[in-house]
Amino acid sequence: MLMLFCLFFGGLYAQTKKPVSHTGTTSSVARGKIVYANICLACHMADGGGVQNMNPPLIQTTYVLGDKTALIKIVLNGFKEDVEINGQTYSNNMTPHSDLKDQQIADVLTYVRKSFGNKASTVTMAEVKKVRAANVTK
Amino acid sequence: MKMKKLLILLLPVFAVMGLIVFNACKSADKNTGGAVNAGLTLPDGFIAVAVAENLGSARHLVVTPQHDIYVHLAGAKNGKGILVLHEEGNQTTLKTSFASYGGTGIAIKNGYLYASNNTEVFRYKLNDKDEVINPDQPEKIVTGLISKRMHEPKAIALDNDGNIYVNIGAYSNICSDFDPQKKGCPILDSAAGIWQFKADKLNQHYGDGIRYAGGLRNVVGLDWNQQDDQLFVMQHGRDALHDLYPNLYTVHQSAELPAECMFALKKGDNAGWPYVYYDWMQNKNLLGPEYGGDGNKPADPKFINPVAAYPGHYAPDGLLFYTGNQFPEKYKNGAFIAFHGSWNRAPEPQAGYCVVFQPFKDGKPDGKWEVFADGFAGTAEQKASGRAVHRPCGLAQGPDGSLYVTDDVKGTIYKITYSK
Repeated sequence: MLMLFCLFFGGLYAQTKKPVSHTGTTSSVARGKIVYANICLACHMADGGGVQNMNPPLIQTTYVLGDKTALIKIVLNGFKEDVEINGQTYSNNMTPHSDLKDQQIADVLTYVRKSFGNKASTVTMAEVKKVRAANVTK
Repeated sequence: MKMKKLLILLLPVFAVMGLIVFNACKSADKNTGGAVNAGLTLPDGFIAVAVAENLGSARHLVVTPQHDIYVHLAGAKNGKGILVLHEEGNQTTLKTSFASYGGTGIAIKNGYLYASNNTEVFRYKLNDKDEVINPDQPEKIVTGLISKRMHEPKAIALDNDGNIYVNIGAYSNICSDFDPQKKGCPILDSAAGIWQFKADKLNQHYGDGIRYAGGLRNVVGLDWNQQDDQLFVMQHGRDALHDLYPNLYTVHQSAELPAECMFALKKGDNAGWPYVYYDWMQNKNLLGPEYGGDGNKPADPKFINPVAAYPGHYAPDGLLFYTGNQFPEKYKNGAFIAFHGSWNRAPEPQAGYCVVFQPFKDGKPDGKWEVFADGFAGTAEQKASGRAVHRPCGLAQGPDGSLYVTDDVKGTIYKITYSK
């Protein structure tokens, strides 16, 4: 149902979208797609669907669509906990990707939050910068 | 005259109609939605039937002389991790189910059923019909094995001298997370190997067992070869050569390498993980890039070589030496390998998802492997994307020499038979 709503809303969004005001997001998504292909695709797969028992899907989960700070932290610090999504447990560790630049993290997360059927807001470079600054003191 | 012309014109139409009707009849008597050979492709003379479907995540299995099939599910379903099916006329009925735990390992030896979860091994006494006598009261054989969210399944095999062999997989891809200074991987004393325990002694811990062979990243498919009285294992090779070392390995090399390896083990052998990997294209055991390798430097010869090697990331989850008489002579004493299929060959197409036959002669691999059963994944697109419909996992031989294959996505059990 949520999927249907999103598809419907997505369709509306696409129809009403005027290219002028969205060039920033569009190019962030395009850049993010390249980062995704180089860094994330090997485990999370081209369709964002992940791998059975091992690598969690990035489609319609609160990890991706929810709190942006938590999501940015996953990229910076990696992830070493079991993830349960729709009754399936995924247990592979994710390596930290703090070597990525703020802009790259913003781009790839924007791409993930707007791809594979996801329709969530953009992640900006400033947001990543803020989370990274707070993260370092840990 | 006109009539004859019309007939000639209509002949191809009749032919096509006939073919459709014929094919419909041919497939009507098979399971799996009517697909011929349950959707599998096989060598000439072989037939596959789905004797069970939708069981859940069916991992390893054993078949008794009375045509009972014990299947271990990865996770307990309704509180039961082992299903007992009875097969008759290429169909099965659920006889009973037991075991509160999911897992992979399952085997029968000397009147006992052995089964493992991710940390323990149990056994159940069987009656003279190979039925479990006390399903709620297993004996705990081994306990306290390491399970750290990666390569947890404890696959098992038994020898003829009262020992059980248990895989304890490495909880790491290549140990770099535990050995950042490259001083030596610290997890090898309690993982990344095959441990030997007594098959009849209760509550054994690490200290009661022997690290039979080490340097094995993860083994799911293993079997005791009766011909040369030796343990054979299939190792899942490391991941991410290109991702971690883009200057040394191309995307294509990273998809094909390292080889998935078959090892013939002797006590004390070291297969070399994480220090080495096998390159099946160069036929060489090589030093890993984490420890100074560059894709060409040879491995220290103290590490054993595989006896056979297969393309990267195919994920061997089942190994079975065929000792039956039903299949043609060339299969006798050869090895069947169930390849679960890859997930990390991207951006190249995913591959595997098949049962391979490895010819053997005098207890050693002899000649090139061949794909025996294919088509588990579904369409070419489903296979390439890794979204396989079925994935082969466990192998077993039936009392009449039929080969059984589990699928751990949908829970299908395929029975493959041969008729001349």
